[in-house]
Amino acid sequence: MNTNSKNNNLRSDIREILNSENKKSSKESSPPKTVTVLSCLLSVQDNFHYIPDEAIEEIADFMDKTINDVWGVASFYTNFRFSPPGSYSLDICWGPTCHISGAQEILRGIHKKLGIDTETETKDGKISLGYSTCLGACAQAPVYAIDHHLIGNASVENIMDTIKELK
Amino acid sequence: MSEVFNKLVSKVKSQDFDEEILIRVGYGASGQAAGSIKVYDWLTNNFKSKGEIRLVGALGLSYLEPIVDIKIKGKPRVLFSNVDVEKIQKITDEYINNQNYLKEYAFAQILQDGEELLDNIPELKNFVPFKYQKRIATRNFGEINPESFDEYILTGGYKSLDKALNSLTPENVLEEVKNSGLRGRGGAAFSTGIKWSFLAGNNAPIKYVLCNCEEGDPGAFNDKGILENDPHTLLEGLIIAGYATKSSHGHIFIRQGHNIPIENARKAVKDAYDNGLLGKNILNSGFDFEVEVSLTGDSYVAGEETALMEAIEGKRSMPRFRPPFPAQAGLWGKPSNINNVKTLSYVPWIIENGANEFKKIGTEKSSGTAIICLSGHINNKGMYEIPFGITIKDLLEKVGGGSSTGKGIKLLQTGGPLGGVLGKEAFDVVMDFEEMAKAGAILGSGGIIVGDQNVDVVDLIRNLVAFNQFESCGKCFPCRLGNTHMLDILDRACNEKSIKGDLDVVKKIGENMKVGSLCGHGQLGYNPISSALKFFDQEFIDKMTTFTIRDEKSKIPKMILPTRTRP
Ligand SMILES: Cc1cc2nc3c(=O)[nH]c(=O)nc-3n(C[C@H](O)[C@H](O)[C@H](O)COP(=O)(O)O)c2cc1C
Ligand code: FES
Repeated sequence: MNTNSKNNNLRSDIREILNSENKKSSKESSPPKTVTVLSCLLSVQDNFHYIPDEAIEEIADFMDKTINDVWGVASFYTNFRFSPPGSYSLDICWGPTCHISGAQEILRGIHKKLGIDTETETKDGKISLGYSTCLGACAQAPVYAIDHHLIGNASVENIMDTIKELK
Repeated sequence: MSEVFNKLVSKVKSQDFDEEILIRVGYGASGQAAGSIKVYDWLTNNFKSKGEIRLVGALGLSYLEPIVDIKIKGKPRVLFSNVDVEKIQKITDEYINNQNYLKEYAFAQILQDGEELLDNIPELKNFVPFKYQKRIATRNFGEINPESFDEYILTGGYKSLDKALNSLTPENVLEEVKNSGLRGRGGAAFSTGIKWSFLAGNNAPIKYVLCNCEEGDPGAFNDKGILENDPHTLLEGLIIAGYATKSSHGHIFIRQGHNIPIENARKAVKDAYDNGLLGKNILNSGFDFEVEVSLTGDSYVAGEETALMEAIEGKRSMPRFRPPFPAQAGLWGKPSNINNVKTLSYVPWIIENGANEFKKIGTEKSSGTAIICLSGHINNKGMYEIPFGITIKDLLEKVGGGSSTGKGIKLLQTGGPLGGVLGKEAFDVVMDFEEMAKAGAILGSGGIIVGDQNVDVVDLIRNLVAFNQFESCGKCFPCRLGNTHMLDILDRACNEKSIKGDLDVVKKIGENMKVGSLCGHGQLGYNPISSALKFFDQEFIDKMTTFTIRDEKSKIPKMILPTRTRP
């Protein structure tokens, strides 16, 4: 497949997602649905796990905004990413409860084990490491999440064990 | 009860809910993190044919999670703690097959009419720390299936909505809420009734009531807790708020990624539409009201009321200038009101039981309860709904069960990263909005993080300031630059690189942020430092002004911080 037709496929996939944003429920009485630049971005990331450059243009077109408007929103919210993620996401909490329960040591240990030193992908593309401000399970601190699945009582060892089990 | 509502309730009641065996598994964030999914999976794979297995939210007793609650017909419900796959096999073998409840695993029981008490296990209502609660907004926690509309109806749900719409005027409802003394649980503790009256007084045809479940405060999980456990209580409160303020639309605003709260909220809204509790002419009362669940991206400031409106409109969540205030021009330029999840979740109870009953609970100026999230170095970690007026000491000792590390409690961090720190001298303070604020910390949304003697105050404060710096939206410079500068200075302090005058500079920056920032994020950003200086000034002075080089080991390494920051 040449890059051009690949690109066209991506664009038509994006357009399909955006069009389904606008679909009204057939039921007479159903919740309203407000479609905005932000809601479009959230849908694209839900489907692709990142925001391709093409999506920025398609959303601008779809919402009748400038590319600048869409970039402004996309770059503001820290959950959006602009390159494909690794096969699994690993989020480690650095919030205050986890902080006083040893989160920084865990982060340092995991950096060493994975051979990275910031929020990024491992070389083999298996893991995307991210830091979370609070995963909402503070009572089980320190907390981490694999693909948004929460796990408490974290240590470098049990995080590495969990990663090893991932195919 | 109106005729339409009566019909709805009878329809629900006509179904058969009488299972032989019913097993409830707690599925809140805390239960999940403790491993409840593995237990649930085991049960559905191995036990499905023998009994009904149901996911519920959580009782709030996070330290006992995963909790499994087994009801055999005719017997009390038995609650088992810290269950894993190995234990659940034993429990099902012994209890369900041989009627032998394992008292070493069972921690409490819940008795219903006509059932006989089992020996050796306390009733849940007498169980410490559960017994210190007065459960109003959290009354259904761990009891009902959050996805079931029918179960909510069976606990008396939507009775208050029917009462409000069909036997009270909007003015009556507003008066009742005002008289109850209910105050906002989202941080500012403003009177809910008075806030509603600003919107009610505006006669525009389209008006919004917004429910704030952004809940970005680290250490707080009670808003998500309500949506995980009992989304209909919140929705009922929201519809009543819409009626009292004569509004046309509501939004439930949640951060993306919190999948269980989002799914529960969506399901609740859909079921309410399907049963005629949303949409046109609700319960035949002539009142129309639409509700939508809106998601935001990750941004703490999106929880600020005007930034939230920007986010619903799909823009960057940066606060607006005021005036105009939301009650004049809010979402899409229309008059709006905004309340926290907890605030709205009290409303159905207040309408059912009356303002006076609510006022009887708590202190004179802070009526009702606080939904406290306890975490950190404390034994009974979890979420508890406690009447205002308890002392901090009792909260820590009686409810919290004391320090979990055996090192004694040194400090509390309350009210989120814009809140503060309380030292031992303040532990006699009673829990009340005014008293806590006087002591230097705010109650905020109810997160209380407990730190033991080993916690380094300056390092903890650096963590909070790092959060505030990371989350500053960047619109106004006192907040954007002030937080960055303060973080630099605290980083230096933790690395023994303080420069002469650093402490004075921090104070100056903090005071300037207070008066010069556009929204609460910058205005309150100095709180963690100023409150910590009240109790632990010597630690700051030691680190920041003596410039003695201590040994290498006592240095705290550079903090690892997120790199995906805002441009
Ligand atoms: C930076 C910032 C973040 C906030 N985040 C939240 C939040 O996550 N949830 C919330 O209910 N209120 C939050 N608030 C407070 C809201 O602006 C608002 O006061 C509150 O939702 C009003 O509801 P209440 O009157 O029921 O308390 C925040 C305020 C600021 C300044
Ligand atoms: S602080 Fe880590 S989960 Fe809340």
